[in-house]
Amino acid sequence: MASVPQLQRQFIEYTTSLHNEGYLDDQFTQLQKLQDESNPDFVVEVVSLYFEDSEKLLNNLATALQQKSVDYKQVDSHVHQFKGSSSSIGAQRVASVCVHFRNFCEEKNLEGCLRCLQQVKQEYILVRNKLEALFRRMMQLEQQILQAGGSIPMME
Amino acid sequence: MGVKMQGGHHHLVAVSLNEQQLGTKRKYRSYVPRTNQGKYLILWIIVFGFAAIHVYRSIDAEHQQRIQEGLVSMCDQRARMLQDQFSVCVNHVHALAVLVSTFHYYKNPSVIDQDTFAEYTARTAFERPLLSGVAYAPRVLNSEREDFESQHGGTIRTMANKEPSPHRDEYAPVIFSQETVSYLNLLDMMSGEEDRENILRARSTGKAVLTSPFKLLGSHHLGVVLTIPVYKSKLPPNASVRDRIEATAGYLGGAFDVESLVENLLGQLAGNQEIIVKVYDVTNTSDPLIMYGRQTQEGDPTRVHVSRLDFGDPYRKHHMTCRYLHEAPISRTAMITAVLGYVIVILVGYMFYTGAIHIVQVEDDFDTMQKLKVRAEAADVAKSQFLATVSHEIRTPMNGILGMLALLLDTDLSSTQRDYAQTAQACGRALITLINEVLDRAKIEAGKLELEAVPFDLRSILDDVLSLFSEKSRNKGIELAVLVSDKVPQIVMGDPGRFRQVITNLVGNSVKFTEQGHIFVQVHLAEHSKAVQDAKLESCMNGRSNGPQSKTLSGREAADDRNNWDRFKHLIADEEFPFQVLTSDGNSQNVNLMVSVEDTGIGIPLHAQELVFMPFMQADSSTSRHYGGTGIGLSISKCLVELMGGQISFISRPQIGSTFSFTAKFTRCEKNTVADLKRSLYDDLPTSFKGMKATVVDTKPVRAAVTRYHLKRLGVSVDVVSSIKTAVSGSGSCSCSGQPDMILVEKDVWLSGDDLNNVPVFGHKLKSPKMILLATNVTGGELDKAKAAGFSDTLIMKPLRASMVAACLQQVLGTGKAEQGKVMANGSVYLRGLLLGKKILVVDDNRVNRRVAAGALKKFGAEVECAESGKAALDLLQIPHGFDACFMDIQMPEMDGFEATRRIRKMEDKVNEQQDGCCESRTWHLPILAMTADVIQATFEECQKSGMDGYVSKPFQEENLYQEVAKFFESKPATDS
Repeated sequence: MASVPQLQRQFIEYTTSLHNEGYLDDQFTQLQKLQDESNPDFVVEVVSLYFEDSEKLLNNLATALQQKSVDYKQVDSHVHQFKGSSSSIGAQRVASVCVHFRNFCEEKNLEGCLRCLQQVKQEYILVRNKLEALFRRMMQLEQQILQAGGSIPMME
Repeated sequence: MGVKMQGGHHHLVAVSLNEQQLGTKRKYRSYVPRTNQGKYLILWIIVFGFAAIHVYRSIDAEHQQRIQEGLVSMCDQRARMLQDQFSVCVNHVHALAVLVSTFHYYKNPSVIDQDTFAEYTARTAFERPLLSGVAYAPRVLNSEREDFESQHGGTIRTMANKEPSPHRDEYAPVIFSQETVSYLNLLDMMSGEEDRENILRARSTGKAVLTSPFKLLGSHHLGVVLTIPVYKSKLPPNASVRDRIEATAGYLGGAFDVESLVENLLGQLAGNQEIIVKVYDVTNTSDPLIMYGRQTQEGDPTRVHVSRLDFGDPYRKHHMTCRYLHEAPISRTAMITAVLGYVIVILVGYMFYTGAIHIVQVEDDFDTMQKLKVRAEAADVAKSQFLATVSHEIRTPMNGILGMLALLLDTDLSSTQRDYAQTAQACGRALITLINEVLDRAKIEAGKLELEAVPFDLRSILDDVLSLFSEKSRNKGIELAVLVSDKVPQIVMGDPGRFRQVITNLVGNSVKFTEQGHIFVQVHLAEHSKAVQDAKLESCMNGRSNGPQSKTLSGREAADDRNNWDRFKHLIADEEFPFQVLTSDGNSQNVNLMVSVEDTGIGIPLHAQELVFMPFMQADSSTSRHYGGTGIGLSISKCLVELMGGQISFISRPQIGSTFSFTAKFTRCEKNTVADLKRSLYDDLPTSFKGMKATVVDTKPVRAAVTRYHLKRLGVSVDVVSSIKTAVSGSGSCSCSGQPDMILVEKDVWLSGDDLNNVPVFGHKLKSPKMILLATNVTGGELDKAKAAGFSDTLIMKPLRASMVAACLQQVLGTGKAEQGKVMANGSVYLRGLLLGKKILVVDDNRVNRRVAAGALKKFGAEVECAESGKAALDLLQIPHGFDACFMDIQMPEMDGFEATRRIRKMEDKVNEQQDGCCESRTWHLPILAMTADVIQATFEECQKSGMDGYVSKPFQEENLYQEVAKFFESKPATDS
């Protein structure tokens, strides 16, 4: 088993890489800052809320775009929701695809919308995997901390 | 700008719509043919050519008609005259016939013989002007020939060869003749063909008859012969031909010499030369015989008039033809009229043509302009869009920087580090402000900028501005200082952002263009400043003071030398008695400030001084190469100052410096609000120094005044001395006034070699005053030296700011830690203080967003409740409710944030109205803040319109959240407690 400093370093490296690769932005750091003793599982809670919402929204979007006559207004509002929640947790790549998506919605470009849906799905799955990996490490780290009495490093 | 700011994709739509609108607007009606003007011109010329010809014809026709009428009248006149003369002659011959019958036949014996006849006819010849002569020939039958010949003593001869006539049935030998035709004597008239026919016809009709024209005997003229029968007895009117022949006694004949006679006749008439007259015998219509006129002479063939002649012989028909000798001349008037008219019309046509070409060109140009205008406008919109986008893009990383700085400030820092970090933060904030300022420029241009009227602390703004430039000025070694007159109220109402913008701009310029010396910002009341200035002018008259040296902040000469110590003294002097002045104009609500920024920079070249306030103009291009900058700043400042009801001006001397000064109108704050605001705005200055004493060692009075100003703000009373010695001795001797708590020494005074030996003296004393060095910049060596000389570790770096001075003093005096929390006013601790225990409603349809917002607010101690739609929020906010604030998402399905807010406000108004009568005075107004991802001004306006109190960017930024929340939680102490 790795030592606490090593784990801490790994954790920081991983988080940094997520930032550098553009999966996450400053907002995620802010989110982490909001987590404190009174609210220990805040990040995990919010992110899992995000996952739930996103799956639902993606399903809704897929159904809406399969309709014979597509209700672009509705699609747009779904995408808007998705964009809002994505930028709230700092999933900036998802959010930026959503921006394109909305443009296509406005143009009523079905093909573009479908392409964007695929993209947005991909980005979402990517960020979900990354976040899940992050949380796994966090759990690991927490256990270590419990054993060794270190602290979870913060991104600054 | 209003609607366009809603979101990125809306912009494009707005632009294209705009273009379309303009596109349709451009289609005006053109009344001028756009092509083929040449063809129109030719058509015009041709059409009017025909018209001219027509005009010519119609005028000419009249002319021709007149000519024709002239011809007709002349011709008829001639014909009538000829006819009259002719019939007169014929009548006369009739009379002769009667004479012959009466005196030759009815008398027996005859009373007429040749002589009588000749004489009579000769004497009456004037009666017969057309007749060359008359003769009488009796009818002689063959049986009577011999008798006749014997009686007259001659033989009857033929006319042709004057030989004795051959045997015939009857003869008509001339017996009487006028002298002119005496050669006819005894010639048989029946022998000539024409005469014979004539005679036969005359005796059978009993009337005068005429021959066809022929060459008259004895002359070469054409003529006709008139023959009238003479009867032996009177005949009844209905006598038969036979009777007539039987009764015939003879014939009276006369030759009309038509040619000479007509000539004669025509000669009497006017216009004889103009026309050619011909007389024809047209008895045989197919072969008219000419009686008068030369066949060869044709005259004008186009115009001819024929007049009928009646010579009294029904068998013979005559007519007269008249022609003009020359062809009628072309009508000059017609020609001139037509040609002139045509020329005029062609000119007019040409004018139209060139006009049309010109108009088309102008229209084309106009079109091009219009297109360019549309493009320019589109570009302008694109520019605004670009600016909005860029500003948005810059905000994001800037927020990161600011956030990190905020975190950094939360940690335990030394005062210097804190100052640096705060400076960095202030700079970052200024950068964001700057982005907004660029947007402002566009707004000012559109005249859409409106100033806020909020209470603010002038002094802290000036401190902020100074800290922005502290780094730069320190590097350059420039003294940067600010001084605000005590008479200027602590809090004034106005637009702090704009005020700050102007100051920042002016100071920024000064810093940019100044390499050594000082930059000095002063704020005075305008009235006061003016009064002092006037007083100063008077004293100037009395005698100029001794040189500019040591009269300014750094000792260098400044452009506006009225601004030196002499004047300054007066301004300061009055401040010793602030109440006196305050009462004098205390009633007025307006605060007119006079702000001046003085520097000792390169100055503005004289030729460029006029251009200074023009946008994008710098003194010259080399300036911008050397110093950078866009040149937009001063023009914005000018606009802003004018908006603030003031004026901006400057005095500049090249190589010496510039002094920019402007006035601005603010209003006084009402007393009770001042009390509230003081806490929020003025809190950052610690009060722990109140009552302390300080001695400032400075040889330059202006600089000392600045130091005194900052210390006074902290509640420290100040003495100024000119050397360390006096300071030390003063502190030693004057124990009655109390020992100073600190001695502040200017670096140059210390370096100028004032004795340091005295300094360690303090070290022995128990409660010695702290020695603090004031410096613009300092090297490590100097610092060590200073420490060795007994100065405390901390030196106060210029530019001086009250908060910075306070921080340094805390460190020096050891009061630091306790106050630390207070000093970092903007930290999250403070935010926590604001929000602790507040009940806040978060309205957002997005679960994740809701959770995050709630988490953030909870972190600051707020009690959070959530609603997932506008409707749910309305239900929760039914009055009475216990919420202190509401954060509202704007974009929500069904009911968006604006609509929900409007409804909440309506609800509140209703309740408030009902309560009006009641004694209970609580009015409901729930602070509602919009949460939005678009941090753009337009959204803010929209928010205000629907009754919101402000907006925070989503996701939350600590700074932004604090600012917005502080606005209403601070100013509402009632709900606070």
